[in-house]
Amino acid sequence: MALDDRFSQDFREPDAERPFGTRNEIITGLVSDWATDFSHLEPEWSADPYPIQDDLRQRCPIAHTDRFGGAWLPTRYEDVAAIAYDTERFSSRSIILSNFRPPPEVAPIGGSPPISSDPPFHHDARKLLLPPFTKSAVERQEPATRAFCHSLIDAFEGREVVDAARDYAQHIPMRVIADMLGFPAEDGPQFREFVENLLEGINLPPDERIERVSRLFDYLLAQVNEHLDDPREDLTTYLINAELYGHKLDSSHVVGTMALLLIAGIDTSWSAIGASLWHLARTPADRERLVAEPGLLPTAMEELLRAYAPVTMARLVKEDMRWHGVDMKADDWILLSFPAANRDPAQFDRAGEVVIDREINRHAAFGLGIHRCVGSHLARMELRVALEVWLERIPEFTLADPSAVTWAAGQIRGPRTLPLRI
Amino acid sequence: MKVQIDSGRCQGHGRCYDIAPGLFGDDDEGYGRVLGDGLVPPGQDHEAHLAVANCPERAITLTKGA
Repeated sequence: MALDDRFSQDFREPDAERPFGTRNEIITGLVSDWATDFSHLEPEWSADPYPIQDDLRQRCPIAHTDRFGGAWLPTRYEDVAAIAYDTERFSSRSIILSNFRPPPEVAPIGGSPPISSDPPFHHDARKLLLPPFTKSAVERQEPATRAFCHSLIDAFEGREVVDAARDYAQHIPMRVIADMLGFPAEDGPQFREFVENLLEGINLPPDERIERVSRLFDYLLAQVNEHLDDPREDLTTYLINAELYGHKLDSSHVVGTMALLLIAGIDTSWSAIGASLWHLARTPADRERLVAEPGLLPTAMEELLRAYAPVTMARLVKEDMRWHGVDMKADDWILLSFPAANRDPAQFDRAGEVVIDREINRHAAFGLGIHRCVGSHLARMELRVALEVWLERIPEFTLADPSAVTWAAGQIRGPRTLPLRI
Repeated sequence: MKVQIDSGRCQGHGRCYDIAPGLFGDDDEGYGRVLGDGLVPPGQDHEAHLAVANCPERAITLTKGA
């Protein structure tokens, strides 16, 4: 067995020196006023957040809530962009808003670099990840992705109604990222559990969350050990061997980045593919046009990414300050809604409509500034191939039961149940 | 007309080399780069304008002349 001291003991051993974070009371239930009591966990938001965001943009463009220990929600493009660019005053040390704030001492690295990192460390951690995620690097995954999409549709044989979220969209990014990390393809169902635990469990009691996150890290450590014994041409081996400042990465960095790639790569693309199919199922004119003009897909895809951007990020305010007319306190959360920015009429004509041939589309679905989604080229490949194969194989489809469609709550929004008649 | 990328603003979204592959390419880290001298050949004005208008970071400029 290969020995690597970094992974021979659990780096999560409790450390008396380790600073504690802040835990806040869990508040759930009906929102009284979205301007002063918003919650992205309530069913009204997950079902249809856009009217809420549009209303806030007009009457209270930086909304507040006392939930989660205090959080702000900007809905104008210019405010969202300003925060994304301002890494001096807004920290990424936690990018999932929850009832627990990690202590300031975890910056600038954070738990899952580079998404959780601040400058200057961020730049160096990110640089390691860029080469395997360029457009040309991810093109190597395209033939296998296409074949896999076909195999999912082959399995629909004989069925009139399929769940496009569960039976199609979710499997595609799971398979692609499992291949890239060198994890067994049959572990997919576990990945789904990890994703739900991390992204949708944010209002659970902290001890329960910690226990759930532990299961993910146990899995990742087991994968690291298998790769130490049997190194391969994949991202896990790449991260184990990667060096920063003349040293191999800390075990917490290796495993934190693996967690990031696994979690961030799955829920997001799954949501984008699902939301696109949902739109096309309920908009026959757009569906028919894309079937007739497959060359329009790259343009249409950007519009679907704009209108149904799945990802909202979070930031933590570093110091008390007056910012764009509101009094922010140190450690207040910011819910950084790229979906809300993408529907700001000050930035986009016909912002609330899906214009399938929109040529000018400076949307922010993959973020803005130094934290631009490192997997954006992979996500675009997956979305394009998933839609190409679906439209080629199933040119006609409709919502089987609009009331049965369910959407994920929390920061990553997309359909989780999507029955389509094919 | 000539295209230029401000490397201080580019974050590697890749919209330019998606939209105008005749004018832009990517480097080893996915950041955009101008192909050749950046002069826009006849017939590629539309792509050049679209690359400018779709860059999320507003990193591309199009200058007249040359």
